[in-house]
This record gives sequence, structure tokens and C-alpha cells, in this order.
Amino acid sequence: MTAVLDNLDILVSGFLLTLALLAIAGVGALVLGSIVAGLRVSPIAPLRAIAVGYTEIFRNTPLTLVLLGSAFVLPFLGVRFPGLSPQQFYFVLAAIGLTLYTAPFIAEAIRSGINSIPVGQAEAARSIGLDFGQTLTLVILPQAVRVVVPPIINVLIALTKNTSVAGGFFVVEMFASGRLLIERTAQAVPVLLAVAVLYLVVTVTLGLIASFVEKKVAVLR
Amino acid sequence: MRFRSTRTAKFSLGALAVVGALVLAGCTDSSAPDPETDPTEESSGMPEVPYADGTTMADLAAAGTIRIGVKTDQPLFGLTNAATGDPEGFDVEMGKIIADQLGIDEANIEWVNTVSSNREPFLQTDQVDIVIATYTINDARKLLVGFAGPYYIAGQDILVAAGNPEGITGPEWFSENPDKTICTQTGSTSITNIGEYTSNILASGSYADCLEPIRNGQAVAVTTDNVILSGLAYANEGEFELLNAPFTEEPYGIGVPLEDTELRSWINDVLDAAFTSGEWARAWEDTVGVVIDLPDSTPTVDRY
Repeated sequence: MTAVLDNLDILVSGFLLTLALLAIAGVGALVLGSIVAGLRVSPIAPLRAIAVGYTEIFRNTPLTLVLLGSAFVLPFLGVRFPGLSPQQFYFVLAAIGLTLYTAPFIAEAIRSGINSIPVGQAEAARSIGLDFGQTLTLVILPQAVRVVVPPIINVLIALTKNTSVAGGFFVVEMFASGRLLIERTAQAVPVLLAVAVLYLVVTVTLGLIASFVEKKVAVLR
Repeated sequence: MRFRSTRTAKFSLGALAVVGALVLAGCTDSSAPDPETDPTEESSGMPEVPYADGTTMADLAAAGTIRIGVKTDQPLFGLTNAATGDPEGFDVEMGKIIADQLGIDEANIEWVNTVSSNREPFLQTDQVDIVIATYTINDARKLLVGFAGPYYIAGQDILVAAGNPEGITGPEWFSENPDKTICTQTGSTSITNIGEYTSNILASGSYADCLEPIRNGQAVAVTTDNVILSGLAYANEGEFELLNAPFTEEPYGIGVPLEDTELRSWINDVLDAAFTSGEWARAWEDTVGVVIDLPDSTPTVDRY
């Protein structure tokens, strides 16, 4: 256990990077996922096609490949972020990859929520003169959100664990700092246990948030 | 009866005759070396073969074949030639020198594909007779297997873009230029070593992954063992170059079964002779020499 305690700073910096990846990719995926879900149910066929294409490509590609693409192919194509250090540069690329990978899962969760709202709700909204955007944001989504909280939290928990893949692509997040500690201390078991506990801290917290939000938005029917 | 390396020439010649007879007796193959043309007799710088009945050397010579564990995926040290299917590299050349001393023809060597994690098990379970597979000698491993050699002192070095545009001189250069990033594999000894010079490190999933950040300008160099780096440089010929300034020492040894002191000490004799005769340097120039300079001095074998 001293192996962990003596090098707590390394593990903590990894933990913070994991949290940062989760926060940025999580918010990014929620925003992008909502847009994609909106496109998916929109009345315009080409927009629906774009949403379907994006969802199927990224949902069905292994995350490692997506991150490989963001870490190696994007810079190869000339993507640069001036002013960022190399470590920050690859952090941003990893966050982009995680966002692109996670958004389709969010979109599908939201779409399932939208589909769970009786079509009469949309028809009623249209009949009082609301357009598609208003119908979606004022009538359908507020009801759909209640349904989709558990699946979205599921996706975020998966994202938390998925951030560890970024450890293989120049981001020294929690898993990579765990590997670093194992090399330094040759104490694999305590280090891996500590890493597992830290992941649990994040994922269990997400689970608690889920049940809290669920109660908040619950509607007595 | 047991012969040591310090026997007189008379004794050794006697042993040679015994071995010659054993070789003849043990081999029905027409290509088996006969005592007249035995290479051990021809090359004057080589030790006579002071081994006798019951030793591993005698058994191997009698069998006319030897199983050598080598890597098949490490360019310049042990890499399977896709065209011929035979392994090539410096480790392989070392194996040929040893087999040659036993009077075993190159064609009769059985090369066994060995990866880092099965080097000890292969020796312990008699899957191979010796292991020559970029095998670093250390105390933990000495509890499991015996080591002849070292036949090469590897070390952590730095690989830079061809022409060394940044003018990097060694690890100290990164202490003086803290804004320059160096790339290496996370969770490796290399990252710990370079960490003593700089904290501006890009930690990758593998050493090969480090080449792309150099190409796109995020990092200026990659660091790890010169053996691995030479493989990367070789696979991307003309794009990268090795600084040839190693700053750590990793002695590479030839693994033998733990208790076989005779074999270990005999291989040490063979290595010493190969150092003196220039055969070692020739093997180097023919293989790794294209990327790593010939070391200034030959290694000193460790007869522990």
C-alpha cells in the first residue's frame, strides 16, 4: 500500500485527467448526441440520413480505432491547435475521439426517449401552431428527459471506463499513471486496486446522481 | 572426467579427437563435419574444444543439432526473413558462432521462436538448449537461468529525425531545453530513466507510436533501448537516426539452463575467442552495424 501512498501525486494527476476527459467528452457527447437525435427525428430526409450514417459508423467502430484515428490521422491531416503543449494537444485529440464515439450512444438513448412519448403529444403541439423545433424542445424533450436519465447515465459510466483507452494514446490518465506506478514500484496488485477504487469513486457517484435526478424529474402519473 | 578451459594444449587436443569421433559416430548425415575440416581446428584464435562425455557440449556435438531460442520479430537482432523463413540478426550470428564451435552445421541449427516472456520457461522445460534473444542479464533472472556473456552491452539511447535538425546531443540536452518534448512508452524503464532529465515527456502506448509525434512535430525524439530504436530506424530507413550515445547499460547474455555451469563457462570461452578473432565484430558489422556503431571495446564476460 505504501507503493500507492508514496506516489499519490502521480495517481491523483491521472485521476484529475480522467475526470477532465469525462467532463469534456461527456458534455461534448451530450450536446452532439442531442443534435444527432434531433436530426434523426427531423422531417428532412437528408438530415436523417446524415444522423443515421454518423451513428452507425461511430457506434460500430472499436473505440481504440476511433482514438487511433483522432491521435494519428487528424495530426497527419494537418490538424494543429497553436499554443497547446504536446501533452495538451493529445489530450484535446483524445477528448474529440471520445466525444465522437460516445455521442451516438447518447443520441440513441435520447431517440428512444423521444419515441416513448405518445405521438398525440407532437400532434397536439403542431395543432396549436408550434413548429418542429418548438415541438421538440418545449413539448417532447422535457418529457423524454425523464425516460432517458438512466440510459444516459449508463453511457456516461461506460465513458468513464472508456477514458482508460486514451492512456494508450499519449494521455497519462488514471490507467496510464497506474502503469507508470507499477513500473516504478513493481507492486501491481495494490496499484491496480487503487486505480479500480478511484474508478469506482467516479462511477458510483454517477449512479447516485442518476437516482437523484430520476427522483427530481419523476412525474406522478 | 571433466575438462576445464585451463587445460593444456595436449589435453585439449586429446579431447578434440574424442569429440571428433563422437561427431562422426553421432551423425549419419553426410554433411556432418569430419575432424579434418572441423572449423574449430581451422580458426587459430578459437579455443580448442575442452569438453567430454556427459557434458551438454558433448551431447550437442554428438547429436549434430542445437535448439537455439531467438526472437523472430526484432529487426537486426532476431528477425525472420520473410523470403527464406530463416532468422537473421546479431543474436542469430552469435548462435551460428556457438554452433560452429560444436561442429554443428548452420543448416542443422533448430531456431526456436522465443518471445521475452517465455525465455525462462523454455530453458526450464528443455524446449531449447540456449536462448539468445536480446536477453538482459539481471539478478532476478539469474535465480531462474544461467547467463553466459554479456556479448553486447545495450543501453538507452535517443532516436531523432534524420539529420538531427534540433542538434540533440544526449539526455542532458532535454534538461537544458525543457520546452522540447521527448516521447517514450508509458510504464517502461525508459520513461523512468529519462524522467531524471526532463518532465516534458509524451507517454505513448508503444515505442513505435512515438514516430508519428516526431513526424508531426509534437515531439523531437523517442528514447528507449538502442536495440529497439535501431529496429525502428531500420524499418523507416532514411527517416530517423540514432544518436549512438547510450546513457544506461543493459548487458545482453546468452541464457542457459540454471545448473549447467560447464555449458555457461564454455560459451564464455567461445565468446572471448570470438571477441579476439574479430568474428564478433564481423557479426556486428554484418547485422546491427548498419544502424548502431560498432562498440569501442568488446564486452567483458562475467564469469560469476
